[in-house]
Amino acid sequence: MSSANLTEQYYDLHEHAHPDGYSTTLGFWIYLMSDCLIFGMLFATYAVLGGNYAGGPAPKDLFELPLVALNTSLLLFSSITYGFAMIAMQNGNKKGLTAWLLLTLMFGLGFLSIELFEFHNLIEEGAGPQRSAFLSAFFTLVGTHGLHVTFGSIWLVTLLFQVNKHGLTDANKRRLSCLSLFWHFLDVVWIGVFTFVYLMGVLR
Amino acid sequence: MIPTHSNWTPLLGRLGADAIPTEPIVLVTFAAVALGGAALVAALTYFRLWGYLWKEWFTSVDHKKIGIMYMILGLVMFLRGFADAIMIRSQQALGFGGSDGYLNSHHFDQVFTAHGVIMIFFVAMPFVTGLMNYVVPLQIGARDVSFPFLNNFSFWMTAGGAVLVMASLFIGEFARTGWLAYPPLSGLAYSPDVGVDYYIWSLQVAGVGTTLSGVNLIATIVKLRAPGMKLMHMPVFTWTALVTNILIVAVFPVLTVVLALLGLDRVFHTNFFTNDFGGSPMLYVNLIWIWGHPEVYILVLPIFGVFSEVVSTFCSKRLFGYSSMVYATCVIGILSYIVWLHHFFTMGSGASVNSFFGISTMVISIPTGAKLFNWLFTMFRGRIRYELPMMWTVAFMLTFTIGGMTGVMMAVPAADFVLHNSLFLIAHFHNVIIGGVVWGVFAAINYWWPKAFGFKLNQFWGKVSFWCWVPGFWLAFTPLYILGLMGVTRRMRVFDASFDPLRIYYFVALLGALLIAAGIGAMLVQFAVSIWKREEYKDVSGDPWGGRTLEWATSSPPPEYNFAFTPKIHDIDAWADMKAKGVARPVEGFQAILMPQGTWAGIVLAGISTVCGFALIWQVWWLAIASFVTVVATAIFHTFNYDRNFYIPADHVAEVEAARTAQLAALEKGAA
Amino acid sequence: MADHSHGHDAHGHDSAAFHATTKDYVIGFLLSVVLTAIPFWLVMSGAIADKSTTGLIIMAFAAVQVVVHMIYFLHMNGKIEGGWNLMAALFTILLVAIILAGSAWVMFHLNYNMMSDMPKMDGMS
Repeated sequence: MSSANLTEQYYDLHEHAHPDGYSTTLGFWIYLMSDCLIFGMLFATYAVLGGNYAGGPAPKDLFELPLVALNTSLLLFSSITYGFAMIAMQNGNKKGLTAWLLLTLMFGLGFLSIELFEFHNLIEEGAGPQRSAFLSAFFTLVGTHGLHVTFGSIWLVTLLFQVNKHGLTDANKRRLSCLSLFWHFLDVVWIGVFTFVYLMGVLR
Repeated sequence: MIPTHSNWTPLLGRLGADAIPTEPIVLVTFAAVALGGAALVAALTYFRLWGYLWKEWFTSVDHKKIGIMYMILGLVMFLRGFADAIMIRSQQALGFGGSDGYLNSHHFDQVFTAHGVIMIFFVAMPFVTGLMNYVVPLQIGARDVSFPFLNNFSFWMTAGGAVLVMASLFIGEFARTGWLAYPPLSGLAYSPDVGVDYYIWSLQVAGVGTTLSGVNLIATIVKLRAPGMKLMHMPVFTWTALVTNILIVAVFPVLTVVLALLGLDRVFHTNFFTNDFGGSPMLYVNLIWIWGHPEVYILVLPIFGVFSEVVSTFCSKRLFGYSSMVYATCVIGILSYIVWLHHFFTMGSGASVNSFFGISTMVISIPTGAKLFNWLFTMFRGRIRYELPMMWTVAFMLTFTIGGMTGVMMAVPAADFVLHNSLFLIAHFHNVIIGGVVWGVFAAINYWWPKAFGFKLNQFWGKVSFWCWVPGFWLAFTPLYILGLMGVTRRMRVFDASFDPLRIYYFVALLGALLIAAGIGAMLVQFAVSIWKREEYKDVSGDPWGGRTLEWATSSPPPEYNFAFTPKIHDIDAWADMKAKGVARPVEGFQAILMPQGTWAGIVLAGISTVCGFALIWQVWWLAIASFVTVVATAIFHTFNYDRNFYIPADHVAEVEAARTAQLAALEKGAA
Repeated sequence: MADHSHGHDAHGHDSAAFHATTKDYVIGFLLSVVLTAIPFWLVMSGAIADKSTTGLIIMAFAAVQVVVHMIYFLHMNGKIEGGWNLMAALFTILLVAIILAGSAWVMFHLNYNMMSDMPKMDGMS
């Protein structure tokens, strides 16, 4: 075999650089997995401490399931509206995308308002995070989810500006896809929260 | 809701005049550090190096430069951590026969806590991360990591955490709780001062960096391998780096949560780990070891990778049992997740739980043993060259095996009830961490230094360092094994008269520590002499050891783009394969190369985060909120910058490569 | 892990991976509405008298719903990123299971052994 052939065989002589954001989806997914472990830990903490009422109120005395059901439905709606936003993005429909994103944001903010309302009520009743290990674990788990939704909302607003400014570029599409993963991931976590914390809590 | 400290003011939080320590030792240290720092700043200013440092290093996204910065951070913190070690050893040698030694308990407790925290988080972690950062992209034939900006940010977050630990020396105090800060001791009731807050926030700030660098390196290894490099073609170091980073991403969130919950207990009076209101201090112990055990494998796995590279290079043959090495690494990675309870057998979970974790711990020694046999069989009938990296490797194999065996002893729960928290445990983990991680890092530094800087390290001073370190280690820790078997516990400051017959052991241990100090000194001399005589030790071949993996296929130091043409991979040990086939290096047809651009964002974001951490420690709430908002705003602002890459023009590549061609030609001529 | 040997040639699927359809989202949404509504109804109405049976059922519904979300909203399959995404997810689920089950096991036995005189443990021994 000639030397030039050998070189050709061992070196990429006509290389094409990896496209921009080539690793982003995988990287963001790995980050989400680490976030998932954060929630896993908070669930484990709740699992161990969730029965330690320290003579204080128990889930049965505190949780209002209709409110939780409303909250859950808001988050579910926000998931499908974000889904439609992604469809609009795929079709290159900037207006539709913006409208669906705004709707998603509304649902997200609605969710947060109800959660804050619930927290406020609990603290007013004397069932704040300091009252017992159960309430510490409850506030931290649910609150961490809420914080994530808050950051998701800030991110969503940022992306609205960026889409408005630069249009549906590849970079923006990638960012929208990442936020999509983030948003739906929070929905998955919420399934755990309403089942494990609220429904099981009331059953207990 | 936020409790107010008695001296709390809205403007400065808990920060008052009483935050400045008055102990003479600390004051002298402070004066020395201040003078040294001032001299450094003056020198940098005088030689007008700030612009160069800022442009070429601090804001650089080049994985090689970031890797070197990690190594420098690790080295600086190593000196600090070792100073703590010497203080512990000398205090324990002095605190006999009614003497109080020279450290009071307030200071001594901080010293042993800081020693552990610094050595694990700010020495071992930066060293290991630095090595992976430098070597992995080169070994897989990539131009940089997947997320170069994130890489820079991760480094500065780690550095920010280190800054907070160092700040605790002079402003306030560090934790007095031991390196894992168990509650209730670390809770508000028993540690009301800022020490534990320094602990929490320095680790949180650094932890963000560590997690993100883990994400980054996984993505890099998965996505950016050179064409043809299948997973089972990857160099063993890259394999161990992959498993290590998977472990990092899988367990650092655990640490983040545990420390956050402890912080909530301290600031918001929640009841996770308190004694009252249903809290459970033991839950903290359980949760933090879910992080803690995998952490030791995070440190040691890449080091196993280093030894694998060194052994096969210096025996000039392919590593024995490549695939068993890979499988052993993966198995260790998974098993490390189900052994955490062996750190607290004595907590009282009972026989069934203890048996499970005892057995799983013993099982993990099997793949580790397999690795040792692989190295031995690689050496068997190999042509072994006893260069410095190989010497460290042999010392490691002898020492680590003993450390591993004492570990298996403690994996027996019944034995652990005797040995728990004794000096036997201390001797064991220093045996595996020094004999494994630290010596592995030294092997790696000696091995890859010529790649990073283009000249070899001085052999003589390297050997002096080696012969101080290895006997020094055994002198320092054999007495601790013996004391531990006799039942002496860790973290003792003074000893009453009944201990007098044991004093000799502490003296011998101190002698060992001093010998190690000489070894560290010799190593610093080695660096200095080598830099001084760098022309003499110059290596232009780029492949001074007869290397087998891709990092040796490029020049030393490599150009910023690593490889002018990405190599195509057909086998394990790609570079050895290319050399055996006589593949000629392409010398024409260069293309422009797309590279990431340096950015201010990493250092600025990490800097503000560090300020935020400082504000949280001292409960300066306005500053904490303001700096946090600034971090978020700056990060968002940074996302508006879409233009993060640039092309290195083909002409420039051709120029650099032509110089290299001439260099190699001259070398060949000289050899002929 | 080692069996998934993908070199350079596995690249380039990524843009296709995110091609979601309206149908997917609608199916996912309808399924999750059903899977959410039934557990809430079960608990709120007390339709099943036995609480532990109810508990098991709603946990099962949650598990199914997680899978539904993963498939229809997060578009998980074995092809995206050469299977690395799916593998990462499965690995994470394994780790979360270890953390949850392990902590519960360790802490339960600890409480049983060390604090069995406390009233709250009565029902558990």
